[in-house]
Amino acid sequence: MINFIVTALLICGLIFFFGGAVGIIRMPDFYSRLHPAGKLDTMGLLMTMIAMALYSLHEFSVDAILTSMKIILIVVFVFITSPTATHAIVDAGVRAGLEPWTKEGKGAYYDMGT
Amino acid sequence: MDTVFLYSALFLAVIMLLSLYRAVFGPTVLDRLIGVNAIGSKTTALLILIGLIYRRVDMFVDIALAYAMLNFIAVLAASRFFQKRKGLYDEQETK
Repeated sequence: MINFIVTALLICGLIFFFGGAVGIIRMPDFYSRLHPAGKLDTMGLLMTMIAMALYSLHEFSVDAILTSMKIILIVVFVFITSPTATHAIVDAGVRAGLEPWTKEGKGAYYDMGT
Repeated sequence: MDTVFLYSALFLAVIMLLSLYRAVFGPTVLDRLIGVNAIGSKTTALLILIGLIYRRVDMFVDIALAYAMLNFIAVLAASRFFQKRKGLYDEQETK
């Protein structure tokens, strides 16, 4: 039973990782590429880490509980640091003056609609 | 259950190659930084998978935690560095 849950969660996480990787390749712009990059960090890592914490808990002992707690702590740490890293990259791009992608190919930076 | 972990680790390594495309051919420096960040977050999951395959999770979980912290610090320092250097104009694709 727990093997089925672990496999299902692992496959869900791998689907999120795959979608993030494809999004990083296919998105047209630097700013839009950051969106799948931020998503795959949180969702994919959450699902795979919960799967592995459940699997390491299947023989029940104090060490197994400690290992599972550490795996969950990695998820908490990544949930704090991944938006911070993404925001730092955006901040570097904005301060360097990179232009966002528009349909016409060129767009003024502070005039995103036209 | 070992085969499930083995094949998911292999699939994760193949996805890393997809992210490596952005890190190698990225038009700007920050695109390469996005690719490196994505590869690092996948490596955190891959390290625990390796630990589950070798049945040494208690050792590999510490390595994964250190790798996640190192990845965060590297991305933060690199983005601050390139923001100060203003070296992004040279590789810009538009204009």
